[in-house]
Amino acid sequence: MGASQGTVRGGGERPARGDEPAPEAVTVAGVRPTEVVRPSSAGEIADILRTTTGTVVAVGAGTKTGWAPPPGSCDLLLRTTGLNRIVEHAPGDLVVVTEAGVPLADLRRALAEHGQMLALDPPEPDATIGGIIGANASGPRRLRYGTVRDLLIGVTVVLADGTIARSGGKVVKNVAGYDLGKLYTGAHGGLGVVVSATWRLHPLPKASGAVRVPVGDAAEAGRLAALMARSTLTPSAVELRFGPSGGEFVVLFESIEESVEAQSRATLALLGAGTREPAPPPWFGRRPDGTLVLRLAFEPYALPRVLDALPPGASGTASACTGVAYAAVPEDTDLAALRAAIRPYDGSAVVLAAPEGARATLDHWGPVPDSFGLMTRVKDQFDPRRRLSPGRLLGGL
Amino acid sequence: MNQHPQVKQQAPDDRRASGDVLRLADRLRARIGADKVLTDPAQLRTYECDGLAAYRVRPGVVVLAADRDDVVTTVRLCAEAAVPFVARGSGTGLSGGAMPVADGVLIVLSRLRRIVSVDPDNARVVVEPGVINLWVTREAAPHGQAYAPDPSSQQVCSIGGNIAENAGGAHCLKYGFTVNHVMGAEVVLPDGEVVHLGGTAPEHPGLDLLGAFVGSEGTLGVATRITLRTIQAPESVQTMLVGFHTVHDAAGTVSDIIASGILPAAIEMMDALAIEAAEAAVRCGYPPGAVAVLVIELDGPRVEVDEQFRQVRGIAEARHAFETRIARDDAERALMWKGRKSAFAAVGRISPAYYVQDGVIPRTRLPEILDEIGRLADEAQLRVANVFHAGDGNLHPLILFDDAAPGAMADAERLGFAILDACIDAGGSITGEHGVGFEKKSKMARQFTAEDLDTMQLVRCAFDPGGLANPGKLFPTPRLCGERPGARTAEDAPDPAFGEVF
Repeated sequence: MGASQGTVRGGGERPARGDEPAPEAVTVAGVRPTEVVRPSSAGEIADILRTTTGTVVAVGAGTKTGWAPPPGSCDLLLRTTGLNRIVEHAPGDLVVVTEAGVPLADLRRALAEHGQMLALDPPEPDATIGGIIGANASGPRRLRYGTVRDLLIGVTVVLADGTIARSGGKVVKNVAGYDLGKLYTGAHGGLGVVVSATWRLHPLPKASGAVRVPVGDAAEAGRLAALMARSTLTPSAVELRFGPSGGEFVVLFESIEESVEAQSRATLALLGAGTREPAPPPWFGRRPDGTLVLRLAFEPYALPRVLDALPPGASGTASACTGVAYAAVPEDTDLAALRAAIRPYDGSAVVLAAPEGARATLDHWGPVPDSFGLMTRVKDQFDPRRRLSPGRLLGGL
Repeated sequence: MNQHPQVKQQAPDDRRASGDVLRLADRLRARIGADKVLTDPAQLRTYECDGLAAYRVRPGVVVLAADRDDVVTTVRLCAEAAVPFVARGSGTGLSGGAMPVADGVLIVLSRLRRIVSVDPDNARVVVEPGVINLWVTREAAPHGQAYAPDPSSQQVCSIGGNIAENAGGAHCLKYGFTVNHVMGAEVVLPDGEVVHLGGTAPEHPGLDLLGAFVGSEGTLGVATRITLRTIQAPESVQTMLVGFHTVHDAAGTVSDIIASGILPAAIEMMDALAIEAAEAAVRCGYPPGAVAVLVIELDGPRVEVDEQFRQVRGIAEARHAFETRIARDDAERALMWKGRKSAFAAVGRISPAYYVQDGVIPRTRLPEILDEIGRLADEAQLRVANVFHAGDGNLHPLILFDDAAPGAMADAERLGFAILDACIDAGGSITGEHGVGFEKKSKMARQFTAEDLDTMQLVRCAFDPGGLANPGKLFPTPRLCGERPGARTAEDAPDPAFGEVF
């Protein structure tokens, strides 16, 4: 990725797991913590928060710390990678309980032995469960399976005062009490430190196949996406790669062999073009490289108009039928103008990567909505001293 | 309510609401129109309960809101006067979530029933909260789309109520619950401020307040406009009805289907007593002699459904299914579902009264929890008909009793709560789709720790520091915002929801 992802890593090289970088080499979106700890249990985290008063930023592997603005300060960087146990997997119930520091890749391997999966596919290597929740990271399969908020059925957090609190449970269907998992998702640790999570699982598909179609422009991409969206086909993902030199449209099917075969054929007929491949191309599911990278969200049908609103030279990928795109744009992109242009489609553009020097002046999240006062009250209830990930949330919360 | 028998109740007295509330009623009349504000005890009686008819409280004032502005005005005036309010949709809820507050205002939303827009290109339908669940699918159907959440009461229940309870239904096994299908909401906060949570895009910067709002049982505000997501109607739907001689074989079939990697749209189970009731009520023609039946529905691309349907048949046969029927057309499918969807009302045919519970267990514990329910029922000397969403372990025990017998309702409720305890002990939940409401708030303290509940209370205090929105529901003990967690002295505090209960 770009020049400054704000990644947590030691002297140039990503350290091997368990080989922690020296504190002086670690930053969060450019901010250097005074101290770094790597606790190994929820109880330890609770003790730390109960017995200290300084500012705390919790990170997992640190692959997405650039997805939020730099913290106002960071007295303590709390690495959750020591919470690395898969606590419980009930294959018959399609449920797993994991600690926050478990890397998604490790969980994926463990579940695959039972023919199951957690249907989240953000591409960042080493990303942990806690980081994925905090950043609300998703990938192409969100089209079929949804995102963190759709799959997270229970969560345990440590609050700013050291209280350990749980919401949800270990059953998929459960409406007892407020669903706080939704609030912690995408909160970048600003409401509490996620220490464990319970997930709804899906069976691993038995077969898969892809259809690839070259596309010339945004209008054509939009046309193909609309055709897929209004069909009765059930792809796992419909992805678009776009850029100055044209693009490509990819439909991924994951099901039983007979269904992948029949749906792939139906897709070729529906789109009137394309080739069948056993697997999607290498770019599938990867975030774009660039110094200024954005995540855009918008009404799905507005895809071509949003692509047209991007500045010349923009390139990236879109989850074409969901209304989400990732774009690398020129450093001098006028974010305010871009946001205004996609506003009619309920569009938003948030920064995932930015040049180090630009962060201080960059409007990371964009304008605040009319619910911002309410958001502020929620933040103040959970973290009255504003010690958790201060300044990392929308509107500087 | 059509979903619930009339448990005979002593008629409430004709006591009028307190002076404060009547003065508020006068202000409401002046602001929104006298015809929308009810205080006549005879008129108020209609609104004493929701689908949980055993608990009744006469509201001080009923407001029949006609539009968003009426709701805003009413909530503002309530906030100014520090009078609590309760929002009500169709009143079909089964946990007393819309039970009024005696010295409060009941805001009836069933006149807000406009379909604001239908946008098939974006798969969005925007509605007002009084719109009936089934209307959304009706609006979407001409475009080849549908609204997935389908509670059994979908012909009468409102979208606003669905959002309050995070309603489920038979098909949420595959498609998820209301919260997975609500994209945005215009919400009147308990101080009268109007905010917009979510929208039409799939995500927005900032905290996911919409996610916390859905399922908050009316305690965080009133939704006045809602953006729903529709799905493409599947190419093929196949439904089968399978009869078993033992409950264990039926439960085993459910586990084997899931283990085989198939995710049906729905797997519903009924036991012998529920089958008997359904037969008596709607003559659905379920297999004679069946101790348990499964209704299994698969949907999706035709090739996939046909192949998986064949596998499911094989699984059921291996588990000694003695009769398997496959719906040949929509009429036959409708009949299979009729038996299941009318099961609650049907037990009225075999018992003078009944009490519905709603618990969840991990699916794999199904056989043992059924044994436990049987044991508890014998102990209580009551009969229990079991109907459940077997695919996701959501039980609906229907406890039969004779309401003419003194104390019978209390016995039934005690048995229901013992079943919920068994659900919690099995790692489950006290509610899968009906909500906690008034009925089960005491059980929240068994499912969650004091710290868990205090943390939920933080959200309540951010949205509703005055505690005016649907007080006395959901949480086991009332607590004022700003009170220090841990200082839980409210155990004996009078319950604000309780004016009179019969």
